[in-house]
Parts: sequence; C-alpha cells; structure tokens
Amino acid sequence: MLDEKQEMLKKISAVDFSIHDINLFLDSHPQNIKAIELLNSYRKERSDLINDYEQKYGDYITHVGDVKAKVPWSWIDGPWPWEGDE
Amino acid sequence: MWQYDKRLQYPIKIKNANPKYAQIIISQYGGPDGELGASLRYLTQRYGMPYNEVKGMLTDIGTEELAHMEMICAMVHQLTRNLKEDEIKGTPFENYFVDHTLSVYPVAASSTPWTATYIQSKGDILADLHEDLAAEQKARVTYDNLIRLIDDPDILEPLKFLREREIVHYQRFGEALRLTTDRLDSKNFYAFNPNFDKCKRK
Repeated sequence: MLDEKQEMLKKISAVDFSIHDINLFLDSHPQNIKAIELLNSYRKERSDLINDYEQKYGDYITHVGDVKAKVPWSWIDGPWPWEGDE
Repeated sequence: MWQYDKRLQYPIKIKNANPKYAQIIISQYGGPDGELGASLRYLTQRYGMPYNEVKGMLTDIGTEELAHMEMICAMVHQLTRNLKEDEIKGTPFENYFVDHTLSVYPVAASSTPWTATYIQSKGDILADLHEDLAAEQKARVTYDNLIRLIDDPDILEPLKFLREREIVHYQRFGEALRLTTDRLDSKNFYAFNPNFDKCKRK
C-alpha cells in the first residue's frame, strides 16, 4: 500500500511521463496544436503538484526546488531512487 | 547540461532477491542492445544531424535512455544487494560476483564488458537513423526474451514498461526518417542525398 507521500510522488511521475511523451511527439509534429495545448495543461499540473509536495514534505525532487533550503541539507536523505523502500 | 530528478521514471520495488535474474537483466545495462549504449548512441549522433526535429528527438530520447539505464541498475541492485554467500555459490551470478562483488558494472548477460563498438555515429542522417531504428527493435527483442525467462511480477511490470518505450521510440525515429526522406532531392530516387555530405572539396 502506498502512503500519502508515495501517492503524491506517483502522481508527479505520471504527469511528468505524460509531459515527456508529448514532448517526443512534438519533436516530429511541431505544428500540432492539440499536443501543445495538452502539454501546457500538464505543465501547469506538474508545477502545482511539485510545489505542494515540496511545501508539505520539505524534500526535493529536483535540484531547483521552489522551497527554501534548510539546515541540514535534505537532498542527501535516503532512500535514493534505486533503493526502493529500503 | 543535465539535471537530476530524484526519482525513477517507473518505480522499482523488488521483494525477492534472485542472482539468476540479475545476471540476465544486467544485459540491458552493459549488453550490445542495452540502455547505456542507447543513451550514448543518440546523444553522440546529435552533432552530425542536419535537422532540428532530429536533434530534438536524439536529445530527448537519449535523455530518457539514461533514466532507463538507472531503472535497469536499480533492478540489478535490488535483486542482489542482500545475497548471502551460499545463495551465490553455484549460480550463473558466481563469475560476476568474483569481479564486482555486489556492485553494478556494465556487462552483457554473456559477460562481455560494455564497449563503444556497440554503437555508431556515422555522420550521415540516413545511416544513423537506420541504426537507431534497428537498435530500438533489438532492445525490444531483448526485453521480449527477458520477459520469457522471468517469473516475478515485481520485475515483469517495469520490464513491460521499458519494452513499450522501445516501441514508442521506434515510432518516433520512423517519423524522423520520413521527415528526412521527404526532404531528399526530388531528382533523387534513392535514399541518399549528396547534399548531406558536409565534407566537400574546396
């Protein structure tokens, strides 16, 4: 079972994946209006989700988090992505 | 430049250690059709590309392949990190263990270390795109083979995700090839264009 934090991360990953896949599609279809609109709506959703996540848990997904950094530097806190839950 | 996102593209959470599975999955890290070669192939070929669509595609797919490499390494790590000596003895993982203990190193399932000879950057868009299309199909077949040999849902789900990505990348490279052939000289019936040769005589 996923807890609330993992659930949020999963949502961010899903939106991020959509953005990435539309990005690839746009590389070969740069004039596609529908894909551009879809991309913009996912981008907005992503930035809201990441903002909520970083505000709530105080740890970063990206180096360029919007949250004010605090001592100690939480970027190094585990688990790291390849470690699963351990 | 690149920035790191502290998460995997698709989650990897493997409950049961298995040295046999680790020994075959590692091929998608350091094998002839693995993700390390894929990322370096695309990111390296960018410099010889004449079209912006294809420069973008190689950058974005090459970047995604780095994330796939990380997923494969995460699988190998989680399958092996808690192994005890007697769980390694007599398994196909034994020989790898002698050289690398429980760390992750880019080798093929057949134990050859990764080599740059797995990739090419020819400086000709048609030659390079055909290599890329073939590479995606070969990686897809490797995932098919792994899926045939593995019987653990914790591993199969991410492998199926990765297999699907090969199919999507093949589709995108196919579009890049179509964009390229559409721009060939109209008097040229064959899939090559002398104008792509940047190294002309003075």
